[in-house]
Amino acid sequence: MDNTNPSLSISNPHPEHTDWMQKSGLVLVLSGLSVLFLAFIGIAKQAPLILFVLSFGMLLSGSVIYTIRTYLTVHEGVKNNHNFSRSLTSRGVLAWMLGILITLFYIIIYWYPQLLQNVISIMNPFSNLLRGRPADRWFLYGSLYTTAVLAMGFKALLKYRYSNYQRIRTSSVIFFQLAFSFLIPGLLQLFNQPEFYFSYFWPLKYDYLFPSTVHSLINHPGGMGVFMVFWGAAITFIATPILTYFFGKRWYCSWVCGCGGLANTAGDPFRQLSDKSIKAWKIERWSVYSVLVFIIITTILLWINSITNGSIFGELSQNFAKAYGFFIGAIFSGVIGVGFYPIMGTRVWCRFGCPMAAILGIQQKFFSRFRITTNGGQCISCGNCSTYCEMGIDVRSYAQKGQNIVRASCVGCGICATVCPRGVLKLENGSVQNRVSNQPILIGNNSVRLNEQL
Amino acid sequence: MQQHIVIIGNGISGITCARNIRKLSDHRITVISAETKHFFSRTALMYVYMGHMRFEDIKPYEDGFWEKNRIELMHQHVIGVDPIAKTVLLANSSRLTFDKLVIASGSVSARFDWPGQNLKGVQSLYSFQDLELMNENTKDIKQAVIVGGGLIGIEMAEMLHSRQIGVTMLVREKKFWDTVLPTQEASMIGDHIREYKIDLRQEEELLEINGDENGKVKSVTTKNGEEIACQFVGLTVGVKPNIAFLRESGIETDKGVLVNEFLQTNVQDVFAIGDCAQFKTLLKGRKAIEQVWYTGRMQAETLANTLCKQPVTYNPGNWFNSAKFFDIEYQTYGIVLNKALENEEVFYWKHNSNKRSLRIVFMNDTKVVTGFNVFGMRLRHEICDKWLNEKSTVDQVIANLQEAVFDPEFYKSYYKEIAHAYHSKLITT
Ligand SMILES: Cc1cc2nc3c(=O)[nH]c(=O)nc-3n(C[C@H](O)[C@H](O)[C@H](O)COP(=O)(O)OP(=O)(O)OC[C@H]3O[C@@H](n4cnc5c(N)ncnc54)[C@H](O)[C@@H]3O)c2cc1C
Ligand code: SF4
Ligand code: SF4
Repeated sequence: MDNTNPSLSISNPHPEHTDWMQKSGLVLVLSGLSVLFLAFIGIAKQAPLILFVLSFGMLLSGSVIYTIRTYLTVHEGVKNNHNFSRSLTSRGVLAWMLGILITLFYIIIYWYPQLLQNVISIMNPFSNLLRGRPADRWFLYGSLYTTAVLAMGFKALLKYRYSNYQRIRTSSVIFFQLAFSFLIPGLLQLFNQPEFYFSYFWPLKYDYLFPSTVHSLINHPGGMGVFMVFWGAAITFIATPILTYFFGKRWYCSWVCGCGGLANTAGDPFRQLSDKSIKAWKIERWSVYSVLVFIIITTILLWINSITNGSIFGELSQNFAKAYGFFIGAIFSGVIGVGFYPIMGTRVWCRFGCPMAAILGIQQKFFSRFRITTNGGQCISCGNCSTYCEMGIDVRSYAQKGQNIVRASCVGCGICATVCPRGVLKLENGSVQNRVSNQPILIGNNSVRLNEQL
Repeated sequence: MQQHIVIIGNGISGITCARNIRKLSDHRITVISAETKHFFSRTALMYVYMGHMRFEDIKPYEDGFWEKNRIELMHQHVIGVDPIAKTVLLANSSRLTFDKLVIASGSVSARFDWPGQNLKGVQSLYSFQDLELMNENTKDIKQAVIVGGGLIGIEMAEMLHSRQIGVTMLVREKKFWDTVLPTQEASMIGDHIREYKIDLRQEEELLEINGDENGKVKSVTTKNGEEIACQFVGLTVGVKPNIAFLRESGIETDKGVLVNEFLQTNVQDVFAIGDCAQFKTLLKGRKAIEQVWYTGRMQAETLANTLCKQPVTYNPGNWFNSAKFFDIEYQTYGIVLNKALENEEVFYWKHNSNKRSLRIVFMNDTKVVTGFNVFGMRLRHEICDKWLNEKSTVDQVIANLQEAVFDPEFYKSYYKEIAHAYHSKLITT
């Protein structure tokens, strides 16, 4: 006779008050989206520049107005009120609608780009300016992506302004997205250099170590291409292990990576939706390491093929690469990874799919100075940390035992420490020894020395 | 030999005891609770109301955990205990036999027989059912009055505030929670509460609660004669041990279930832990009844050892605790009284934001530190505990304060400023 109906028993009948300024911000954002929709159905084709300025201008200014009004009028501090009573942030109808919309957008951009012809054309003036060439679907995608990171990054900055860690980290992901994943690749093209993303590396950007990419970069006139190959390989094989040793995988996943950047900005309202169950953890380990094996095999096959001129594997390695690109690159990281934000939480790709996260995670688990320490016996098992962990780590299960958290999947976003009401958690880099503590008992009890295992 | 250990109460005390018994033995374990089938974190009830989490998120273990660890759960009400026949009587008239009984029945909210306290819309906050009731009682209301300014009172204020409900708090003390906090900290928290537009009335008490014709609360009258209109009254004037069901059992009780240092009652195979237990002889520097999360856990760990291995006395280390007042976190280590004792001296530092402070209490002759109060910053439990155990002096503590900083990376550290304040104070006095 369990008369406690979990999830649904508490609902908030008091909708939050939205004042005129917040409303105007929201109206601007919706107008910006409407202009994009008008462009989509082919209205006002003659005036691409106006449409471009109107849509992106309204999107950005509207969200800035809304954010300032929402967060600067209240005190600094944890802002998670109503997350589970709001439709959009608790898998309600709005969440499903948004999820379907984003998913549709991904499907169109990957497989039916011709539908976007009109919207792409409004990007032409900007693309010509930045890259010296007309826009294509990836330029449209990159612009929207960067806009989302900018607008929602600003929101994250104000929402978490009481935490210096979050302020600096959020600024970092915004910077890397804007500069390294958008402006610099664009400018490179303007100067007739290969389009290259200096903040993405194999195996996340899997084709950067594929023979075809390497050959085309090396053969690019001028030294830039060679430098790029060198850069990519050096980061993958030298800088990555060193940085991960000192700082954990967070140096990349939460400070540099664009996927993580989007998750921690645009995805922030949905981070509480990640699955914390032990079952999900099991699935995670299977799937993320399978993807890693998949991409390693694919890359090796491609190289053998390239060296032997296709005499051994023939089409096989190409098919591997194609399959990887389709299933992992497009469906997993795009459609599911971002489209399902409002349903499955923000880091579905990072957690279940990303091969870069897998490698960094293995190293973080066994050979890194990073850990999250817990503050003695202060944990009250409230569950805020676990709920707001986007990687679905049951942080509480460690904290209430006074154990350090050393988990392969932890991206070091720091939100668990930011939302803990008792100041129990601290992200730290320290000596590798005793990093995985198995404290006999929490501080405070001198009666017995137990071994916490259960 | 396998025994049947029955535990009344599935709060932190009962559950920690069950888990540790399972770790140490193969005994049969039954945990009975009338509140919810599964253990949840009482301390997190407020976050469910505020929408930070769902009820299932405040359950620290997955539902399958109990079966996997062979801990039998019984969602039942115990209405009596017969220690001689070794049975507990359940509300459905069935009986359950035990070899050992652990009473971990927690607390109930205290009440003071105020006129009108049974009106609709008047309630306390302790159980899951209280939370559901509060959700019901606060639908579409505008104004609430909270009586009592303890930790649950301020949580209730924050909960109501999150739903845009106006809150007046009637606090008997001169300053908020100054029965525990020294004046400076109490003022700081009072100021912070007011920043949230909570109408904090200090030195004000409830006289009566007035209802309308439907038996719903419509206002309260204070001792100063003021009538405050409201549609909800939260009574948060403390908790007391939940032991009514033991009245005729022959188990000795006072305010709580009386226990010795082995957490054993007057009956050999019956024990009590957590909020409901009261120590017959005071342990040094501790209260007879300890109503906090950690102590329930520690008593449970201790008792599990006694039940499964050899008898162990309850021997808590240095006192510690923590709380949060809206946005200001609070931690305490060792003993800090609201008024320093004759033989104590105090170093107090406050940041000019009025949101951060540190108080260090030490002996005026030996300068040995005996307690810390810290607001708006985090100190490392392990280090503070070490300082207290090693009887470090205040000079040593100030010189090494950096070691104890537990604030997140990139946070501004104040230990230099604090050391500076400490030394300049020494010069002036
Ligand atoms: C809103 C709130 C916030 C709090 N916040 C903090 C905090 O931040 N930090 C802190 O240290 N402490 C806090 N506390 C206090 C802390 O929660 C308690 O000290 C702790 O929960 C006590 O645990 P327990 O296991 O002894 O009892 P309980 O948690 O009360 O568990 C006892 C259980 O036994 C059941 N029970 C009792 N009698 C019977 C019976 N006859 N038959 C069947 N079942 C029965 C009860 O229904 C209950 O489920 C808070 C308390 C409240 C109410
Ligand atoms: S454990 Fe904490 S830091 Fe790590 S991913 Fe989860 S919330 Fe972020
Ligand atoms: S670590 Fe903090 S947030 Fe997590 S359960 Fe403990 S008290 Fe709550």
